[in-house]
Amino acid sequence: MGKTISEKILSEHSGKDLKADDFAIVKVDLCLLQDGTGPLAVRQLDKLGIKEVVNPQGIAVFLDHAAPSPRKELSNDHITLRNFARKTGCYLFEIGEGVCHQIMSELFTSPGDVLVGADSHTCTGGALGAFATGMGSTDVAVAMGLGKTWFRVPKTIKVSVTGKFQPGVFAKDFILFLIGTLGAEGATYKALEFTGDAMESLSMPERLVISNMAVEAGAKAGIFASDKVTKSYLKQHGREDKFKPVQSDKDAKYDREINIEVDKLVPMVSMPHTVDNTKPIDKAGEVKVHQVFIGSCTNGRIEDLRIAAEIWKGKKRDPDTRVIVTPASKEVYLQAAKEGLVEIFIDFGATVTTPGCGACVGVHGGILGDGENCVSTSNRNFLGRMGNPKGFVYLVSPATAAASAIKGELTDPREYF
Amino acid sequence: MILHGRSWKFGDDISTDLIAPGRYFHLRSDLPELAKHVLEDADAEFAKKVSGGDFIVGGRNFGLGSSREHAPTIIKLAGVSCVIAKSFARIFFRNAINIGLPVIECDTDKIAAGDELEVDLEKGVIKDLTKKIELKFAPLPKAMTRILGDGGLVEHIKKHGDFKIE
Repeated sequence: MGKTISEKILSEHSGKDLKADDFAIVKVDLCLLQDGTGPLAVRQLDKLGIKEVVNPQGIAVFLDHAAPSPRKELSNDHITLRNFARKTGCYLFEIGEGVCHQIMSELFTSPGDVLVGADSHTCTGGALGAFATGMGSTDVAVAMGLGKTWFRVPKTIKVSVTGKFQPGVFAKDFILFLIGTLGAEGATYKALEFTGDAMESLSMPERLVISNMAVEAGAKAGIFASDKVTKSYLKQHGREDKFKPVQSDKDAKYDREINIEVDKLVPMVSMPHTVDNTKPIDKAGEVKVHQVFIGSCTNGRIEDLRIAAEIWKGKKRDPDTRVIVTPASKEVYLQAAKEGLVEIFIDFGATVTTPGCGACVGVHGGILGDGENCVSTSNRNFLGRMGNPKGFVYLVSPATAAASAIKGELTDPREYF
Repeated sequence: MILHGRSWKFGDDISTDLIAPGRYFHLRSDLPELAKHVLEDADAEFAKKVSGGDFIVGGRNFGLGSSREHAPTIIKLAGVSCVIAKSFARIFFRNAINIGLPVIECDTDKIAAGDELEVDLEKGVIKDLTKKIELKFAPLPKAMTRILGDGGLVEHIKKHGDFKIE
């Protein structure tokens, strides 16, 4: 019988012929730690008495959630991680280098890899045809120490998407729509496989948006087959030799199949306080916007910043709406500067911050006041998410966020396209 | 193992942001201090009033969101003996087992806040002593029983030198 992408990758990494629901010990190619989960992983490795990691070249540690550190406690966590990286010889990405999932995609994740990260959005790597999933600190500590982990092979939901996105409607709107359709636990313990002409025609940055949010439907992984788009993205980052074809078999057995047609898809909004609480923008009602945040591992890429700049050029933000733009990596920041986007942002009245996760996760750099609404391009809107349980987060595409910053209220971006 | 304590009732979609809020991010390397804020945004009294051995009884998709293992860890540090919910988010469930916190999937509608519960993990039975009813639950997969039985993943690996889950 044929195999899904997850079944293939996990079989190859276990040396066994696996199918959905089998339990297996699986070789791990890549591990990811960030500054919120890494210190605990380091302490767990100490408890295990493990002094050396199996494959330091396959481990990347990121200082991105508190960058630069706003508190001495977090500065001390950073010291722990710097010492760990120095001692083990693994990669360390300093403050300002960027959000872990962006850099993993640019520099590390390759088709067919098994990537485990102590961050739930590690599933971003599925866009490159990897089996990439988020785990806790102890699981990743053990994966670093033993070079392997255990999995129950997930069943797979095939998401077949056809049609053409309308102007002003983006991959983000699609994934919000899908999460609203599946529900926040609609894919729990399962993998999503994205296929169909609408997905094949997406660029890698757009695929990354979709895989990134698979976890918001509860999924273990959100995977695309590798193809010419994957190959050209790897080439762009000097890693063309890492390409390999990864695809499911024609007779693979799926848990179920969902068919979506995107021609009629409209801009979507996840209303507070769950990601699956989605509405088409014309049903979202009037929402005054106190803060706009464009950034995060979901939507902080150069393509996202270009969309915002295009909408903002020659305009000013609403005087009652503050605007934060956080490029996802140093690469993105530099490119935005070279293209003149940073100048447009500053002229518009936005603040451009250090690449990192602080605003999205409520650590620093964008914490909401009581009763304030934030329109955000990030991936979570749980109560308290942006640092204040009395704040409200609305998740949207970069275009919707940019349009809302001009009007000072939640705004349908299609008038700008 | 028989667990005994009172029920603390929570609703659906208790996220890891509710369990371990981002605004206490700086306390992640001081877990006893972080535990003082456990579930603060869902029930401000919980951390102060929970007694050793008590149960958290949740609804659907308990623990959704981030991979922060600090969430189940501070639930355990607060003295909770076990989390019972209608369903769990995948990463939270696995993290709980890894740190030695039992988690049970079962219909929780009949259990009320404050009910006295007795849980037999081996037999898969919850006795609600207040309501005088019994609820049954399916045992964990073998891999997880092994890890939990050893007291968590660190202890499991220390004991066997490798995964011993098959």
